[in-house]
Amino acid sequence: MNTALQTRAATEAPAALETRALVKRFGGIVATDDVSFRLEPGARHALIGPNGAGKTTFVNLLTGVLAPSGGSILLAGEEVTRLRSDQRVRRGLARTFQINQLFAEMTPLEALALAVSERRGGGRAWWRRVGGEALTSEVAEIAERFRLADIMGERTGSLAYGKQRLLEIALAFAAQPRVLLLDEPAAGVPQAERQELVATIAALPREVSVLLIEHDMDLVFAYADRISVLVNGALLTEGPAEAVAKDARVRAVYLGEERHG
Amino acid sequence: MSRADANANVAANVASGLARRARWRPGEIVFWVVVILALIALPSRALLINEIAILALFALSLDLVLGYAGIVSLGHAAFFGTGAYLAGLLTKNGIPDPLIGLAICGVVAGALGLATSLLVLRGSDLTRLMVTLGVALVLGEIANQATSITGGADGLQGVSPGAVLGLFAFDIFGRTASLYSTAVLFAMFLIARCIVNSPFGLSLRSIRDNPLRAAAIGIPVSGRLIAVYGIGAAYAGVAGALLAQTTQFVSLDVFDFNRSADVLLVLIIGGTGYLYGGLVGAAVFRVLQDLIATLTPQHWLFWIGALLVALVLVRRDRLQRYAQAGASIIAGRLGLGRGHGALRRHAPGEGP
Amino acid sequence: MLTILFDGIAYGMLLFVLACGLAVTLGLMNFVNLAHGAFAMLGGYVTVLMMEKLGAPFLVTLPCAFLAAAALGLVLERALYRHLYRRSHLDQVLFSIGIVFMAVSATDYFLGSEQRIIKLPAYLQGRVEVLGVSIGIYRAFIIVICGLIAVALQLILARTRFGSRLRAAVDDPRVAQGLGIDVNTVFAVTFAAGCGLAGLGGALGAEILGLDPIFPLKFMIYFLIVVTVGGTSSITGPFIASLILGIADVAGKYYVPAFGAFVIYTVMIVILILRPQGLMARAR
Repeated sequence: MNTALQTRAATEAPAALETRALVKRFGGIVATDDVSFRLEPGARHALIGPNGAGKTTFVNLLTGVLAPSGGSILLAGEEVTRLRSDQRVRRGLARTFQINQLFAEMTPLEALALAVSERRGGGRAWWRRVGGEALTSEVAEIAERFRLADIMGERTGSLAYGKQRLLEIALAFAAQPRVLLLDEPAAGVPQAERQELVATIAALPREVSVLLIEHDMDLVFAYADRISVLVNGALLTEGPAEAVAKDARVRAVYLGEERHG
Repeated sequence: MSRADANANVAANVASGLARRARWRPGEIVFWVVVILALIALPSRALLINEIAILALFALSLDLVLGYAGIVSLGHAAFFGTGAYLAGLLTKNGIPDPLIGLAICGVVAGALGLATSLLVLRGSDLTRLMVTLGVALVLGEIANQATSITGGADGLQGVSPGAVLGLFAFDIFGRTASLYSTAVLFAMFLIARCIVNSPFGLSLRSIRDNPLRAAAIGIPVSGRLIAVYGIGAAYAGVAGALLAQTTQFVSLDVFDFNRSADVLLVLIIGGTGYLYGGLVGAAVFRVLQDLIATLTPQHWLFWIGALLVALVLVRRDRLQRYAQAGASIIAGRLGLGRGHGALRRHAPGEGP
Repeated sequence: MLTILFDGIAYGMLLFVLACGLAVTLGLMNFVNLAHGAFAMLGGYVTVLMMEKLGAPFLVTLPCAFLAAAALGLVLERALYRHLYRRSHLDQVLFSIGIVFMAVSATDYFLGSEQRIIKLPAYLQGRVEVLGVSIGIYRAFIIVICGLIAVALQLILARTRFGSRLRAAVDDPRVAQGLGIDVNTVFAVTFAAGCGLAGLGGALGAEILGLDPIFPLKFMIYFLIVVTVGGTSSITGPFIASLILGIADVAGKYYVPAFGAFVIYTVMIVILILRPQGLMARAR
């Protein structure tokens, strides 16, 4: 599997996001085991695996929250392994968190205005007010796209969970990423609010390459073109959605888990 | 409503919401009018007003560090003392102009803050306490030892600043001093207000709220914290310089732990994170100090300690919430306080 | 030079006894108690007053200093401190600063602000020559006592049931509670013991460090340095840190008197630059 990928990497255009032999150890535990992974530009790619497979660890490695024990990470062909989280964001890699990480005391208006002004490079400006026509119209656009226009002035901590989840994605989107990592976006969202969420994810523009980490198989098969399966920190298989769905090994992993679970 | 109208509606709401954040609230104007009135109407209290203004600026500097960056500093007096001694020495060594002195002290104190910020940001809460405390003690010890320069335990004598803007000489009644300090306080407050309402200030609030998320939207967390720590240090340096220039004397206690503890208490009384806490707290603190000093002069330290203990036990954040809720009910018309609810929601049925 | 080393070790051991209570409190309850020095001061004054007013022999006053400080610690812990365990470090710092201020001014008011002198019993005064090195008898006494205390603490921690409960509670209070360990009692007893040790240290150290109402403020930084540099996860960390700092301070003040006080601060800053979590801290 490794050599095949490496040969392919040498001859093709750079992937939107790529890892090469990525490893992460915590003491004696190998959480990420020699993972070589490619996310193609414009892809709708899902990463699935049983609980404890190391999916969130993988995302944390990709975004710089954790430092790898070995291997490298490339964003659009550029090596980012040594960069901090915020540096990777500025290079076009954004993520959402499995458990909402929002600014509880700020309003969605402030949070989005912040994200947009950081992206526009004005984050360090101490002499200006937060505002301006370009920023305003961009924030308004994002608010509409993510159906947040009604609640822009409310304290984030008191929003409905579904709306918080939408804000979570909106914040990542505001960074105008080339690669967007969605970590279990539908987790914990009540049935009534799911429609909105799923429709919003489906409407993301094609220029953004999306890696979706999910447990919800309905969402995965409705959304993803390609699927990678992570088991015990290593990639079990990878391929087009239908092929993976029929793969006997994948079923064994999930069915086996169900028998124990 | 057509799609385009709806878009315009949202955009308009966004714009007005953002604009509302930074607008001067009537309550703030009332506050500064009261300050000006006090200056004019109480010339006999000029010295006290001078002290309050200096303490307020010092507290404002700590608010930037503590309230906006979340850094608990036990040694903010390090920058205050540096500014004080430097200002005094400048007047004795060929630069008597007070405003130039202020500028130099601000820059030097700020540089010191930037230099020590690297230490302060690493490590845990406890390490931070240690480092900030340690720096203040080291500087205090330097001032103590370098007797030929600083006068050592006797203090720095013969500080003789020139006239402000070449026109207003410092007099023994403190009239020039109180006007000068208050003007400097106001100017620096304006700058701080600008900073806090800027994208930079907003990013600081987000770092205080959720540093993980802040990094995830591209904010260089450490860089911003270092910057605000430097700004806070610069402000403290200016406050110290004011002290030296207006009292024409600098004693070793500018580096004292007591000073750092006092300014913490001022912020606790006034509240952190909304810029006026230091100003209000300084006035209350100083007036309280005068009152208690007339009643029980020897036990000032005891009552300060008791006040600290009481404030902490009674949950100052709850107190602060009650106080702010009360104030915002009263001042709802006047609008003093933070700008929540920045975007007014249109009630159903209300047209664009 | 060996005399300097010896004196430094004595000073370091004294710092250890004074500071180890703070280390355990911080490691166990995650509570920054800047008022720790006030308990040391209490012990010192108990000794001074017992010798002056009651004519008690010096050695008798030592356990009394321990008990008095421990008793006060227990009372304060039950009454005040334990409401603050969950609060932010800032709140804890402010609270303990308040306690220090109250202690300092109360002591100044009731007992006067002058330095107190302890009159050591004759058999502890003077110096002897041992293998060509001049050794102060009192300093030797301190080394012996503090050494015994250090060993005893290590044994208690490692060998007794209370020790293992304490270590469990330090490691993870919630899990310990779940295992049936009465964490509240462990906290209370440990805090009291830590204060008692501080009191004992204050009594022992009155001769060397001096004793006046601002003792807690003067020495607060030293205790904090020991705890920060030595870490809070064991006894050995603060022990080694105290020795290093004690020797550095004494040597510094002897060889470079103008900068003597800086040595200790510089050492602290250097160590914190190299290892921000302290010398012995484990990854938390």
